[in-house]
Amino acid sequence: MPQASLQCNEAPARDPVRQVADAIRRRVLEHTLTNNGGYLSQACSSAEILATLYLRVMRLGPSTAPLVPRPFAGVPSATNPRAFTGADYNGPRAPELDRFIFSPVHYALVLYSLLIELGRLGPDALDEFNQDGSTVELIGAEHSPGHEVTAGSLAQAISQAGGIALARRLRGETGRVWVFMSDGEFQEGQTWEAFAALAHHRIGNLGVYVDANAQQCDGPMASVMTVEPLAERLRAFGAEVHEVDGHDPNALAAPAESTAPRERPLVVLARTDPCRGIERLRERAPKLHYVRFKNGQEFNTYQALLADLREGAK
Amino acid sequence: METIQRPHHGNLIRWAKDRPEVLVLSADLTASCEADGFRDAYPERFFSMGMAEQNMMGFAAGLAREGFTPFVHTFAVFICRRPFDQVAMSIAYPNLPVRLIGFLPGITTAGGVTHQAIDDVALMRLLPNMTVLECGDATDVESVLEVAQAVAGPVYVRMLRGEVPRLFDPAEPMALGRSRVLCEGSDLAVLSSGICTEGAMRATQVLRERGFSIAHLHVSTLKPFDDPRVIEAIDGARLGVVTMENHGIVGGLGSAVAELMAEQGLGKRLIRIGLRDTYAHGASRRYLMREYDLDAMALVRAVETLSGERLGLSEAALAEVRLETMRPLEKTEDL
Ligand SMILES: Cc1ncc(C[n+]2csc(CCOP(=O)(O)OP(=O)(O)O)c2C)c(N)n1
Ligand SMILES: [Mg+2]
Repeated sequence: MPQASLQCNEAPARDPVRQVADAIRRRVLEHTLTNNGGYLSQACSSAEILATLYLRVMRLGPSTAPLVPRPFAGVPSATNPRAFTGADYNGPRAPELDRFIFSPVHYALVLYSLLIELGRLGPDALDEFNQDGSTVELIGAEHSPGHEVTAGSLAQAISQAGGIALARRLRGETGRVWVFMSDGEFQEGQTWEAFAALAHHRIGNLGVYVDANAQQCDGPMASVMTVEPLAERLRAFGAEVHEVDGHDPNALAAPAESTAPRERPLVVLARTDPCRGIERLRERAPKLHYVRFKNGQEFNTYQALLADLREGAK
Repeated sequence: METIQRPHHGNLIRWAKDRPEVLVLSADLTASCEADGFRDAYPERFFSMGMAEQNMMGFAAGLAREGFTPFVHTFAVFICRRPFDQVAMSIAYPNLPVRLIGFLPGITTAGGVTHQAIDDVALMRLLPNMTVLECGDATDVESVLEVAQAVAGPVYVRMLRGEVPRLFDPAEPMALGRSRVLCEGSDLAVLSSGICTEGAMRATQVLRERGFSIAHLHVSTLKPFDDPRVIEAIDGARLGVVTMENHGIVGGLGSAVAELMAEQGLGKRLIRIGLRDTYAHGASRRYLMREYDLDAMALVRAVETLSGERLGLSEAALAEVRLETMRPLEKTEDL
């Protein structure tokens, strides 16, 4: 079974995916310092996955949304024509373009940081993170930049993406639907109901990238409720599964390269390291889900670490 | 006014100590629901069920059929929404003693629409056999387990976590079906629940200074809803009734009061303060309480409507009110 490599292979330092991924880690660390708290380990595990999706896998048009995030315009309703989704950060809708469905929305900070690195969001967008009246929410919802559905009750997005993929097939569109999921979502029954339906209806225009970081709120998944052997379970449910090192851009991109029509959903099971790039985090294991610095000394350590990471990036 | 850090955390450990029938089930939110202390103290009575709430309800039902009393801990939304069918059919229908402990009521979380339980009281109230309790302060939190455990059937508890104010004397625990009479009066009846009671206490203090005679009751049993103190307070209210809840106005305290008034033939005006048939979004509690009109000012406006008077009260004046923990002596006698 492919594993997350434990150290960075130095060679392709100029790889754009790696550059963006490292910039995401720096930005999320910076934000975690300024706010004394953040979903930092999710940046460590998923940075290459999300960067690969945006830079190498998905066919997206340029953002049609403002660089400065729009304020919250009210919940959707018949009397609120101003409600919007954050999908326009992923470009316009077109039959040949792909769609992105972001499921584990507590990773929102990672997605916002990626959108900033890609120029789809302005550099100051995180100033509005978790502020009153902002769409740059702590737990993203459909109005948040880069988000298209409301997914914070986890394991609901995969089914919605299935419906979108089915609709696109009915319309004869060639664009695919990409879903980003966390491994914790594979504990919910709904995920397995979704895969049964995807296989039954031969939905091949949908692909799922899973951040298999083996972590969840209460700690290591193996101690909370294991989902392994995940690849075999998914294969048994009729998916085409590729298990890869989730920090290797080439390995992540390869399974999605062929655009030949498929008859079943594609799953890229990205084995990741929740401390990748910020080694210091390992001492906090097994509690990695949300990082809040315990004291001034720890804060200073991470502050120094950020300075080092910035220096290294020059 | 005193605040208590994480009252449920320590109370659960103490209370469950000599009760081997008490189990805790958790869906990957153990520390977030202050059940990590119980897990560490009694690991053989703690069961990690993973992020799989529907299945967890079935396990709780099975354990309850075998004589245990599972205390299911997760966020209120994940008790009431996704596994509603399992709660209804596996737990409520057979009237099993499962205790559903739901955290993050209403707009107390910045987690946004998916984490804000604005419909949980309504959903649980409409299930036959279900008892519905809500905590408004640390004393409620510390006494609700005992109240729940004395009920033969299933109980839903709307729980508070983190820093919780102490509004009520610890010597006066929560009691099933019995509201706390915070003051008596004959102009208005104010019925508040959960975190709204604090704002209501602020507003009623100022309103009393303006000459209003107000009966204010803190409601912690939302089902069954037959407290004679509530009926009497409503009956005696000359200008009308105001309910105040951290929940939608459909199906919660406001609805329960409306139903009671209609059935008792108490023809009064009723203003329901709560989320007005809308979802909310992620922001701070203070911001959302103001945006959705759930704060002390909302009660002042309701009283203006019922009395036809403009009171010219400012938010600053309400914020200045100093609240003290209610001691039995300061309280007017129970009805
Ligand atoms: C249906 C549902 N149940 C519970 C939660 C609370 N919750 C938020 S994140 C999370 C952990 C899920 O696992 P994962 O996404 O793999 O965690 P991570 O790797 O980010 O630590 C849980 C239980 C939720 N959002 N939705
Ligand atoms: Mg995980």
